[in-house]
Amino acid sequence: MSMDPSVLRVDDLHRWLGEDEGRVHVLKGLTFSVERSNVYGIVGPSGCGKSTLLYLLGLLDRPDQGEIWIEGHPMAYGSDEDRTRARNALIGFVFQFHFLLPEFTALENVMLPMQKLGKLSQPEMEDYAQGLLAEVGLGAKSHRMARHLSGGEQQRVAIARSLANDPAVLLTDEPTGNLDVKNSDLVFDLLCKLAHERGQAVLMVTHNNDLAGRCDRLLSLRDGAFAD
Amino acid sequence: MMMSLMGIIFGIGFFVLAQAQTSGFESFFKRTILGVNGSIRITDRLQETLSSIMASSDEQSGVSFVISAREGKQYVEGVDYPDQLREALEDFPEVTGVSEVLEGRIDVTSGFRAQPARVYGIRLKDHIRVSNLDDHLIDGQLSNFERDVNSVLIGSLLARRLEAKVGDYVVIRTGQEDRRYQIAGVYETGIEDVDKQRIYMQLGEARSLLYKPFGGAFLQVNIANPDKAPHLAAHMERLFGHHVVSWQEREQVWLEVFRALKVSSAITVSTIILISGLGMFNTLAMMVMEKNRDIAILRSMGFTRRDIAEIFIFQGGIILALGTALGSLCGVLATYGISKIPLHIRGVFSTDRFVVEWSWEHYLYAALIASIVIFLASIIPARRAARLEPGSIIRGTSL
Ligand SMILES: Nc1ncnc2c1ncn2[C@@H]1O[C@H](COP(=O)(O)OP(=O)(O)OP(=O)(O)O)[C@@H](O)[C@H]1O
Ligand SMILES: [Mg+2]
Repeated sequence: MSMDPSVLRVDDLHRWLGEDEGRVHVLKGLTFSVERSNVYGIVGPSGCGKSTLLYLLGLLDRPDQGEIWIEGHPMAYGSDEDRTRARNALIGFVFQFHFLLPEFTALENVMLPMQKLGKLSQPEMEDYAQGLLAEVGLGAKSHRMARHLSGGEQQRVAIARSLANDPAVLLTDEPTGNLDVKNSDLVFDLLCKLAHERGQAVLMVTHNNDLAGRCDRLLSLRDGAFAD
Repeated sequence: MMMSLMGIIFGIGFFVLAQAQTSGFESFFKRTILGVNGSIRITDRLQETLSSIMASSDEQSGVSFVISAREGKQYVEGVDYPDQLREALEDFPEVTGVSEVLEGRIDVTSGFRAQPARVYGIRLKDHIRVSNLDDHLIDGQLSNFERDVNSVLIGSLLARRLEAKVGDYVVIRTGQEDRRYQIAGVYETGIEDVDKQRIYMQLGEARSLLYKPFGGAFLQVNIANPDKAPHLAAHMERLFGHHVVSWQEREQVWLEVFRALKVSSAITVSTIILISGLGMFNTLAMMVMEKNRDIAILRSMGFTRRDIAEIFIFQGGIILALGTALGSLCGVLATYGISKIPLHIRGVFSTDRFVVEWSWEHYLYAALIASIVIFLASIIPARRAARLEPGSIIRGTSL
């Protein structure tokens, strides 16, 4: 790990969405940097562009203007191969609508990124995935088909999956949206623990004021720009 | 996955069935007529007449008559030197059999009735190589026919009209004389014109009966690939100076009827192919569309475009293999099923069941179409989805 504290840096990021007359200027020049071992809360009204921002940071979408550096490498306009590799090795992503592969078990879902990375043996992967599922409170349901899990359970499997390759940056879009107080605390505490113990940078979009207040830093987004 | 598999299975099954029933009657007809009259017939010798001949001149009027043969050619009946011609024919690697046949019109009578008929003088050994006479025999023994020069084989319809059966005697009347023959066998080709008037006897006996000690016969020739008959016939005609007729030319009328039938069923079949192809395409394309979201998830985890393409090629391959295997099985069962439908036909051929054609090519074509459809319906959309940024797919499904 390099000692540059900012693992993720963004400069003058713009994104338009839609076509022709429907074209909307969603992100209007965002500049910020993200340091290791911190939990960042991203808050803002619905439709202000939080998910759009997260897709760009997760290299799932390309900006129209501006640059994104991950561990010092410019990524916004890089080749698909480089971006795909970075997604696999450096980034963990939890979608707002917890997307699992429904025909696979919870364990298999968590193991997919590890299989792509190919650093561990099959039994090691299984052990590690099982451990991650235990941490989100699903150790007993690891062999359940994803589509036979409740919404909140699926969300927690998605969180376990995002941690599979021990990413430098964890991007989570409302990871506690479907969870009760007990489970959202469990998830939030896990994210904090990972950030503080392993030095990961965690970005968390949330509508939960209580959790937002407990983040290390807060980014408040309004109409595609930071509010303060 | 299940749905698209079913789509492929039914598609292939229908496709095979459609092909099997279209060409069934036609190839059955071809087999029948080839089995009776062979692929090629060599008949009259052509005599070049150098355009025209001054035939005679009328002295009184001073007018000359010119008789011109058509196309400047004149025919001399039959083959004069069959053995020479046979030797020459054996130089053709395609030729599998040559039979010398002498044909003549006669009347035949049994106890009560007289019937006009045609005598076919043959050498049995030769003739079996250019026909299915042995298979067509429905009563009696070929060995008896071969042994006894005073025996004949008669068609089933003729036997019925004469109310004669194997062992009975018939009298053949040529105009000059009457001779008595014993029926050694009754055959049925299914072709009415043959079964009601053809009487086979030994060649030597026919020559003596018809007062044709030599010449006048035609040669019935069989070749390995009947499709080449027109080409070979033209070649032989140039080479030998004899009139040579391929079965395609001989049976032109019927072949044209079948061609008309083929066009009409081609319309039906292409509709079926289109529908089953669309069915396959639809189910697969829907499957891939449903998978768009999965593709985006896999891409977000770091799976490459190549990985995605490989997954879909693998899946398409499984569907293709399973679908082709099970679909072919369906096709076999369906084809077998319709081949049991009762249908009584006599005249051009003889059948009591719906005629289907069994050919591995039908299955090959079906598999080919399925691979194309699977390729178009699964791999291409999957590649397109993999090319998109995953975010744009997720945005499309989450909002
Ligand atoms: N394809 C599109 N075309 C046009 N506008 C779009 C498109 N997709 C999203 N938008 C708009 O972009 C804006 C930002 O959307 P985004 O999903 O980032 O909001 P959000 O902050 O995540 O909201 P929420 O809290 O409800 O999840 C919204 O106003 C949305 O309507
Ligand atoms: Mg959102």
